[in-house]
Amino acid sequence: MAPPKTTTTAPPPRVGAPPFERFYEVHREEIYRYLVRMLGRQPAEDAFQETFLRALRAYGDLRHARHLRAWAFTIATRVALDERRRARPEPVEAPEVPVADSRPAYAELEHLAGGLPRTERAAVVLRYGYDLDYADIAQALGSSEEAARQAASSGVRRLRAKGAS
Amino acid sequence: MTVPTALDERFRAEAAAQGLLDVAYDLTDSPVGPLLLASTPRGVCRIAFEPEAEHELETLARAFGARVLRSPKPVEPVRRELDDYFEGVRRAFDLPVDLTPLPAFQRLVLEELARVPYGETATYGGLAARIGNARAARAVGGALNRNPIPIVLPCHRVVGASGGLVGYAGGLDRKRALLDLEAGELRLA
Repeated sequence: MAPPKTTTTAPPPRVGAPPFERFYEVHREEIYRYLVRMLGRQPAEDAFQETFLRALRAYGDLRHARHLRAWAFTIATRVALDERRRARPEPVEAPEVPVADSRPAYAELEHLAGGLPRTERAAVVLRYGYDLDYADIAQALGSSEEAARQAASSGVRRLRAKGAS
Repeated sequence: MTVPTALDERFRAEAAAQGLLDVAYDLTDSPVGPLLLASTPRGVCRIAFEPEAEHELETLARAFGARVLRSPKPVEPVRRELDDYFEGVRRAFDLPVDLTPLPAFQRLVLEELARVPYGETATYGGLAARIGNARAARAVGGALNRNPIPIVLPCHRVVGASGGLVGYAGGLDRKRALLDLEAGELRLA
């Protein structure tokens, strides 16, 4: 038998991040549900594939395994915002309605979240649906922490106004 | 609400098609038990008996890069050639192999091993002599014991000086089965 064809230039070994299969297995269900919440079932499928392909492209450069959940949500959020921007224009800004109680009752209001401007929707869903902190939401939105906080609270005010009407 | 199977499969296929994987792998059944088959873009890099997936994936990620994903299509040629081998219709593998992470000595031993013909055996001392270091039989044994691509790189064809089967990382029963298959004394598939 002829000797096998071999390659002898070793690639630099990478350390830190777990095998991508593990990352994918751990986060795929949550990311899929998040994208369905953000976009609806059919567009969520394309966004799901795009999210994990983008993650794969960047994965080789990860140097550690910290914050991988927030990182996955960041990519998914950017894909979802791109998708929504492409699919339909921003809704006209609704006037702010003051509410006395600022405590969010997200569970009762989530079905109305589809009408929110896209960044508010992402901020609200990430904060109250997935319990991400504002630093992680800011990273996902590509904004400051203060802007992320404002987007979430403005989204919740808008939802509660809708819920009351 | 879970990720639809078709979507999961589409992503795994697309990841490979776009060339984004350091390692693609799949799990399969064979006449010698469950196998993990893995390939890099350069060639087959791992065949594992009774794979413990967690350990295997970690090892592959350390050796080749963290972008390790189960994706059947890239390893399909490996599966096909192994099926032919188990059916007794293939006597040599045409698959390129990727030995890049291995130390030079082990690569040398494995490349020499690949020259041991189907249906024949060699001894550890004989292989050591062929790589020009007749006294390295023990080191050759160590290199073969850590062979990452058994069957394709036929360490089952290496026996003790007296012809005894001695050791095999996949277990002596498998070593005997593969030798009997190649002698035409056993049908595996």
